[in-house]
Amino acid sequence: MASQLPVNLDDTLNCTHSITGVNKGFCPMTSINGADLKVLNLTKRFGDQQVLREVDLEVMPGEFIAIVGRSGCGKSTLLRLVAGLDRPSEGRVLVNGTPVRRVDPSARMMFQDARLLMWKRVLENVGLGLRNNWRSKAKWALQQVGLADRAKEYPAVLSGGQRQRVALARALVSEPRLLLLDEPLGALDALTRIEMQQLIEQLWQEQQFTALLVTHDVEEAVTLADRVILIESGQIVMNIPIVLSRPRHRGDAAFAAIADHILKRILNKADVDQDHTESSQELVLH
Amino acid sequence: MKKRFNKRLDQLIPWGVPILLIVIWQLLAQVGWLSTRILPAPTAVLLAGIRLASTGELWQHLSVSASRAVTGFLIGGGIGFTLGIINGVSNVSEKLLDTSLQMLRNVPHLAMIPLVILWFGIGEEAKLFLVSLGVLFPVYLNTFHGVRTVDPGLLEMGKVYGLKPWELFLQVILPNALPSILIGVRFSLGITWLTLIVAETIAADSGIGYLAMNAREFMQTDVVVFSILIYALLGKLADSMAKFFEARLLAWHPSYQLT
Repeated sequence: MASQLPVNLDDTLNCTHSITGVNKGFCPMTSINGADLKVLNLTKRFGDQQVLREVDLEVMPGEFIAIVGRSGCGKSTLLRLVAGLDRPSEGRVLVNGTPVRRVDPSARMMFQDARLLMWKRVLENVGLGLRNNWRSKAKWALQQVGLADRAKEYPAVLSGGQRQRVALARALVSEPRLLLLDEPLGALDALTRIEMQQLIEQLWQEQQFTALLVTHDVEEAVTLADRVILIESGQIVMNIPIVLSRPRHRGDAAFAAIADHILKRILNKADVDQDHTESSQELVLH
Repeated sequence: MKKRFNKRLDQLIPWGVPILLIVIWQLLAQVGWLSTRILPAPTAVLLAGIRLASTGELWQHLSVSASRAVTGFLIGGGIGFTLGIINGVSNVSEKLLDTSLQMLRNVPHLAMIPLVILWFGIGEEAKLFLVSLGVLFPVYLNTFHGVRTVDPGLLEMGKVYGLKPWELFLQVILPNALPSILIGVRFSLGITWLTLIVAETIAADSGIGYLAMNAREFMQTDVVVFSILIYALLGKLADSMAKFFEARLLAWHPSYQLT
């Protein structure tokens, strides 16, 4: 099975060990696989409504970016523009220096719902769109998410968390250089969500793709991201690097301080009662 | 042991009423309270069936009726399916054709019988035309509906994951429409037999319907009742076949599990 691994495991291990405590995106050995993403002066209008205003963003190869913000702030639109599912009104998205015109084959997207084909077995779902040797590639990807034993089942019998893991395997099977995650864990229960976060972090460290995660959950953003970006009414208003060692623990004082800082920044704008937010344990925004 | 016996009994209970009715029917006919000109005894019907089977008459008419049903169903179903797919996928085609089809659909196809006899006489074409016409619309409507109700999220996913248009059709749109299409097929099977019965009793020189009408002229009520039973059996057989295919084709669907 080892011969089918797309990355050199030794490199990965060396890298994650040597840079403990340092932002993984800056490790020189990890920059082979990830896409380099540039968003330049990006504006998107739907009719009269301006959803994104002149957004600029640079993402290093292999970097993990989390985008947070309230509903309707434009964060999902940004993701769809990067994926090539929508066309920008103005500005450009560059992946590895080339402008995104249509759906980018080196990018894969995970949605809030798993969007599996219910009439295909799990293995066929994972191998969707692959041409050569799809079966063994799909088996490998299923192994990565720990569902190799469910390959022959139909998605209908899987739980919500398992379906999302199949969707993750489907996204990773083509070894994307850019993984776009549109609130993929939003519909899962709290425990499954934490498991999935660990899985995503582990696979990101192994495969070194660039990741863009849109989320409502500030803790999730701080757990996973090298940088957290806050979008408010179509503009980036905060862009903070998270320099905590991985794996990150929610209980840590530093973790809690950062999450609290981001959350306050989001809520301040809307004049929400401070005391109330501080006492709130649930840091999920809706 | 007792549990097993109870289970047997449980399976038999639904048959109690039909069997009782047949026994009463037989008794009434034997005593003479029920004239054979109105309703022959069940045994007489059975004997008529055996007689027709042994002379080969039954098989001849049966195969004629069955081939009409299959051919008419395939022609009408094929046209309905094709139109449903085309109009489902293409907005231009839908705009062009759908209104006309909806207007035609509202004409009861059996009302066309006088015209059809004028066009085709009482030959095979008349029967095939009527069956096809009856089958076409349910298959068309359900296919169209199935294609149109595909989840746009799945189409978007297919695009992101690099599916080409025909792959998108074969792997996403068609399987998604299949449950709906099969409902149309089952509905159409009922219409097939209904149409055939009417067409064969009104204008035909062979087939089960002809057998029944011919027997009526000679007051052979046993043959008439037997023919009606054959139609019931054929309808049930077609429905069971459709159910079987549903279970096979929709094994992935939680509501169509075999067990």
